[in-house]
Amino acid sequence: MRIGLLHSLIRKEEKLLIEAFKNAGVDPVMIDDRKLILDFHNAPEIDILVERSINHSRALHALRLFESAGVRCINSHHVSQVCGDKLLTTAALKENNIAQPESRVAFTEDSALDAIEQLGYPVVLKPAVGSWGRLLSKINDRDAAETVLEHKTVLGSYHHSIFYIQQYIEKQGRDIRSFVIGDECIAAIYRSSEHWITNTARGAVASKCEVTNEVAEISLAATQAVGGGIVAVDLFESEQGLLINEVNYTMEFRNSIDTTGVDIPAEVANYVIEQVKQQ
Amino acid sequence: MSECPVCDAEVEIAGDAVIGELLSCEDCGMELEILKLDPVELAEAPTAEEDWGQ
Repeated sequence: MRIGLLHSLIRKEEKLLIEAFKNAGVDPVMIDDRKLILDFHNAPEIDILVERSINHSRALHALRLFESAGVRCINSHHVSQVCGDKLLTTAALKENNIAQPESRVAFTEDSALDAIEQLGYPVVLKPAVGSWGRLLSKINDRDAAETVLEHKTVLGSYHHSIFYIQQYIEKQGRDIRSFVIGDECIAAIYRSSEHWITNTARGAVASKCEVTNEVAEISLAATQAVGGGIVAVDLFESEQGLLINEVNYTMEFRNSIDTTGVDIPAEVANYVIEQVKQQ
Repeated sequence: MSECPVCDAEVEIAGDAVIGELLSCEDCGMELEILKLDPVELAEAPTAEEDWGQ
């Protein structure tokens, strides 16, 4: 069995995955995206590709070409495309009637300001493509809105002028990240912070969250909405119940193994190996 | 053992180290990447780009 592992830098997660595959009797074929040359016809000889690139843009394009060459990828190009762009994630969730915060998209400063005032302050302005809580702006009033919109328009690259505006959800200092593999929600954590941004990359603290029926049900529905596979789902607890915030397709889990007691890399490895056997 | 390319301190390389792996120099705190094994070659790790991470 030849399992390809598409990567660039080897972070803790990739190291744990390599170890998990080896423990399961498979030595993964390491494919460094910094050395990869794709010719639109062929791909390295592997049975399946596990995508673990740190760069979204490299993953997105490499997956398209691996699939074009006949290689099944986990996650698929479709999943990476939908999850990597918050507009596409929101559209997929909406099309599947999955609860999420209200959001608006606008393409100019003036229309973005109108959209923000439609939603009502505070709102959160997010780059459509971005991660680790970077460049998120909580906008509390019109002065801040005008300033941030002008800065993004003047100083940002073109995609920062695709304004994705989300209703601010008062989440009482925490959100939930659940981990889904195939059709099972295997674990979940709370991410708690005194800051309104609760990414662990920004210092939020992880603690165990029970996988209730409600958490599992909406996490699995969100996973199916984006195309299925191996994902981490971010949820808000709101007065209206659980809301899906984002779905992550190259999930990071280093802080969640001891916290949940679930061997996430082993679960990933076993799932991938099973998928190859079923091919 | 290998040398940190920034501060020349000795950096311990684990037996199961792989090319591309990230590690930190305990002396200067610099994040390093393993470029080669046998012999080990280290370099400063790339800084985060806009489309990194989840």
